[in-house]
Amino acid sequence: MDWHQLWTILSLPDNVPIIGLMIVIPFYTWYAFRQAFANDRLIEQLEADPEMAKTHHRKTQPFLKGWAREVHVWPYLLRIEFLAAIIVTAILMVWSITLDAPLEEPANPTLTMNPSKAPWYFLGLQEMLVYFDPWIAGVVMPTLIIVGLIAIPYIDTNPLGNGYYTYKQRRFAIWTYLSGFIILWCVMVVIGTLIRGPGWMWFWPGQTWDHNKLVFEVNRDLHEIIGITDPLIYGIFGFLVVAGFVVLTGFAVHKLLTMTEFNRKILDRMTLLQYLTMQLLLITMVGLPAKMAARLLFRIKYVWVTPWFNV
Amino acid sequence: MAEKTTKKTGQEAGTNGTAGNGNGKRLLGIDPEAIKAKAIEDLEAIKQPTKTDLYKSIFRVKHDETPRSRTLGVLSNVFLHLHPAKINRDAVAYNYTWGMGGISFYLFWVLTWTGVLLMFYYHPTKVQAFRDILYLEHDVPFGKLLRNMHRWGAHAMVLTVWLHMYRVFLTGSYKKPRQFNWMVGVILLVLTLLLSFTGYLLPDDQLGFWAVTVGTNMARATPMLGHEGPFGLMFGMTAYNDVRFALLGGSIVDSNALLRAYIWHCVAIPGFAATFMIVHFWRVRKDGGISGPAPMMLEKEIKPLRR
Repeated sequence: MDWHQLWTILSLPDNVPIIGLMIVIPFYTWYAFRQAFANDRLIEQLEADPEMAKTHHRKTQPFLKGWAREVHVWPYLLRIEFLAAIIVTAILMVWSITLDAPLEEPANPTLTMNPSKAPWYFLGLQEMLVYFDPWIAGVVMPTLIIVGLIAIPYIDTNPLGNGYYTYKQRRFAIWTYLSGFIILWCVMVVIGTLIRGPGWMWFWPGQTWDHNKLVFEVNRDLHEIIGITDPLIYGIFGFLVVAGFVVLTGFAVHKLLTMTEFNRKILDRMTLLQYLTMQLLLITMVGLPAKMAARLLFRIKYVWVTPWFNV
Repeated sequence: MAEKTTKKTGQEAGTNGTAGNGNGKRLLGIDPEAIKAKAIEDLEAIKQPTKTDLYKSIFRVKHDETPRSRTLGVLSNVFLHLHPAKINRDAVAYNYTWGMGGISFYLFWVLTWTGVLLMFYYHPTKVQAFRDILYLEHDVPFGKLLRNMHRWGAHAMVLTVWLHMYRVFLTGSYKKPRQFNWMVGVILLVLTLLLSFTGYLLPDDQLGFWAVTVGTNMARATPMLGHEGPFGLMFGMTAYNDVRFALLGGSIVDSNALLRAYIWHCVAIPGFAATFMIVHFWRVRKDGGISGPAPMMLEKEIKPLRR
């Protein structure tokens, strides 16, 4: 156990936000779910008791007859904003006084940094480069992430859970977002920052970053494993494998979507275009961990090799 | 006013001392008692600054503990009128809002000001950029603090923007009628990341240089528009005309890339971000204010969809 190495990585000024990330994301996830579960309990009560549903104000926040429904922004909101500004300023000041921004040697194109890393918030994308060619990891995936995020309100046809925390009423949406944001984005950022060392090789926390470490990669393309040598045939074969993956994943996603009565009802509200967009985005999302598993478990480099691009 | 003018002319002319109560001694036609009374009056006025003409001219309405003046205090102020006069009593609950949107905006503001101050000391040229950072760190008063605040503020803003988005998703606040504002928010997220990324190169050190090299190398692989991307060669792409060349103003990260990063970072992207922020805040109000905590809806209350 190389504690010194661990400390060197953790105390790197630019890695401090990652430490913050690893604290605030679990905290706010807990904070949100605590309220979601409290709301869900109230929803169950309201569903069981129609009389209560008619009269209840339907929030977990207390409300008594005679209370004003609205408060003045001055001072009830402005004082919070003012306080928040002061607290943020104080934190930023202390952070800036105690920790210096990094400054390395002057830029030198002839001396490559090893490992040379993108800023921490892009390390998820850089980590993807291990599993995909740059045109997928660096161009197609980021574009799909942005487009996919924008598409969320237009493909989510579930009218429930608008403006309050709930888990029960939006299980599928919440699981999708959590796997996308926490597993595929934040965990990849943490791996890229804390785990990847020289040569972008995998070093467990506490393992010494050995610049001379050699790993004999035995990754092979899928068609090599199977033993196809003709380019035309393995091109078609790769296409069929990818198409098969798309169909199977689409089928699995559909099964998952139609598992409950409620989800079937929501699915009925979708147009074909909404459904296909959602399928495309979800299949792409599943594609990332699928390729990671193929690489890490079966040492597969490419699934589909063509003269123009490789997947 | 008339009295003052009289006194002034009296002083200049050395005659005419009719002002004042007439009992005190007069020196060169000035009544010291009258001046004393005036001075006391002014000092008394300081105790109630809100009654002065100066105060009234700035704030337009007097502020006292009435609902009317609390409302006017918000509505008649150019900065505060972003808010409604009144909001739902639960909408101020921190456990609902997390305050991350507001904090992101505040951090943007802090970054704008620290950024402007940094610009005074920075030249976006290969010769001077790195030396300017050294100068900032070692010679400029509070220069190190300034740079640290700018960098850590930027990192913090990336985090708060993510958390803001996380909260908005978990409360389903992107749902009707706020779909478009979610889109504006996604654009602002991308602009935040781009702002941070373009700023990374500016110190012109190894860290920024290689981070930007790694980042822009991906642009080489853009399908059809990058010379190493799928179908790039078919579209006539080389290292000297593809999308990476456009980003860097050259085939390597050099002086043109530094200048481009600087202009994107200090002028263009902040301009876009500010514009989208105006739309974002405007739409928060137009879409009915903050989304909740809203009364919960039950499954049996879902209305059939009308197309």
